[in-house]
Amino acid sequence: MRKDKAFKIILLLSGFLIVALLSGIFLSLVFSSIPSIKEFGINFLFSKDWDPVNNKFGALPFLIGTLLTSVISLLISIPFSLSISIFLSEILKNKLISNIFQTFVELIAGIPSVIVGLWGLFILAPFMRTLQLKLGIQPIGVGIFTASIILSIMIIPYSASIGKEVISMVPTEVKEGAISLGATEFETLKSVTLPFSFNGIFAGFLLSFGRAFGETMAVTMVIGNSNKIPDSIFSPGQTMASLIANEFTEATTKLYTSSLIEIGLILFIVSMLINILGRLIIRRFKF
Amino acid sequence: MKKFLLSLILVGLIFSSLFIFYGCKEEEKEVELLGAGATFPQPLYDKWFSVYYTKTNNKVKVNYQGIGSGGGIQQLTERVVDFGATDAFMSDEELKSAPAEIVHIPTALGAVVVTYNLPNNPKLKFTGEMIADIFMGNITKWNDQKIKELNPDINLPDLSITVVHRSDGSGTTYAFSDYLTKVSSSWKKEIGTGKSLNWKVGLGGKGNAGVAGIVQQTQGAIGYVELIYAEQNNMPYGLVKNKSGNFIEPTLDSVTKAANVTIPNDTRVSIVNTDNPEGYPISTFTWIIVYKEQNYGGRDLNRAKAIVELLKWINSEAQDYNEELLYAKIPDAVNKINEENINSITFSGKPIE
Repeated sequence: MRKDKAFKIILLLSGFLIVALLSGIFLSLVFSSIPSIKEFGINFLFSKDWDPVNNKFGALPFLIGTLLTSVISLLISIPFSLSISIFLSEILKNKLISNIFQTFVELIAGIPSVIVGLWGLFILAPFMRTLQLKLGIQPIGVGIFTASIILSIMIIPYSASIGKEVISMVPTEVKEGAISLGATEFETLKSVTLPFSFNGIFAGFLLSFGRAFGETMAVTMVIGNSNKIPDSIFSPGQTMASLIANEFTEATTKLYTSSLIEIGLILFIVSMLINILGRLIIRRFKF
Repeated sequence: MKKFLLSLILVGLIFSSLFIFYGCKEEEKEVELLGAGATFPQPLYDKWFSVYYTKTNNKVKVNYQGIGSGGGIQQLTERVVDFGATDAFMSDEELKSAPAEIVHIPTALGAVVVTYNLPNNPKLKFTGEMIADIFMGNITKWNDQKIKELNPDINLPDLSITVVHRSDGSGTTYAFSDYLTKVSSSWKKEIGTGKSLNWKVGLGGKGNAGVAGIVQQTQGAIGYVELIYAEQNNMPYGLVKNKSGNFIEPTLDSVTKAANVTIPNDTRVSIVNTDNPEGYPISTFTWIIVYKEQNYGGRDLNRAKAIVELLKWINSEAQDYNEELLYAKIPDAVNKINEENINSITFSGKPIE
């Protein structure tokens, strides 16, 4: 009995610790960004100037950079992750082989991001350079589009494995019903299985979007790190996460540090919202 | 359960006693000095401190962490390290926010070189205004008239210039922009001097390696890196015209010469755009910074002595290691100023012998 009680208390404490930790991070971000919030107010979000020399800071180029890279990478990843999840759950009937495939897909998620970034820098960037030469653009190789491709590779495992789970959860009776009405395999998939699991698949995309949103290292290596609003998808840019990684160590003035922390705060809030939304949709899906 | 607890306590006791013994031993003999700051001189400092450790018969151990100049200044201001290191001297404002007077000791010199990627990598000549124009995006082609005029013998290709700069805040960017601010009025007005800048054009690479990587991969790219880095990686770099009108190749010698000018007693001076006719114009000091009054935060005389001894050694014998690691030595005149500044360090108001 006593052991039971001790066990419960330990569990309770660790639970509370996590909550306290998360709120602590949030609060310290808010407190440290107060100088910058006071100085720039809401304009921080809409100003495109990032000028540490004159102490003027605005987040717009990084908001745009972050949104662009994560949206483009999501668009690139959708056809791949959708095909992977359908293939693993519906087409591949052999459980063993399907499991092996899934393990491989999930292993991609385990590659340290700095390694993906290196691959991007030394293999993908030169390839992009040849492509840009053919398109007649200045061949810089790195940039928004290169970063998006790297990100899409990194997020495919997330949406693919969630997609696989939810598609496998579609009741066999429903699918059998469609087949008994004379539907082909493709028709069953199109009009029964996918609509049935749509919410879950969508939530998977949302979660992988959240992942792309906050990814730092790999993006920093291939995005070109230019604090300007990009004028095409081949331009160099900067995301919120990569800006912090680049400039935090040598940010000397109070306002500079505070502005970087406010960028972190924005990143924190948006990632939290995306995650909560994704989780809500998944919960509604579980029946 | 009881047995487990007992053994846990036992193990704990053994460990703590070990620590106590070890601690005692250390207090009697060894001093461990803690330093943090600039990454640029880190290879040199690591070499120095390991030589010094052997030299003092393992009695003075110096632990140096390359966390960046800003971090070095901050940690010294917060008094968590014995000395800081920085590539940009502390501003008046930074000195004011420190709790006590701080002494700057120049320890070595570095230089920033302009590196590029062109067919056959010719040796190019640059002027300060030209570098400013290129890095502001006013000159966009390699066969621009201005570049051609300075380099008449070189066949410059019709190639777009891709500007590459540091994406992280760095002393290298500070020295580079400090120079351009001094030689170009439009640079001064539009961009200015800083560790991070509001760049009008170009790509950012993280660290010297990041800039070098992009430059080496991109035809027609131009960037700036530390001289050491360019040397070690066999990267081409250009000659820069100095104040006296001479085109100077960045070498250890021309960098030391750049510092051979009148230096104020607190050594807080930028030597870019040097007056010395043989000096390379984008040269810079790197400093160690310490408190003038060493009796603070419960430090003992022993510790204060150790740091003064170390600084004296750095200012004399240690300089012999600079050139083999590709850092320029500080000139004799600065040696003398350093000596005075080191001698001015006190413990409870009394000089340290």
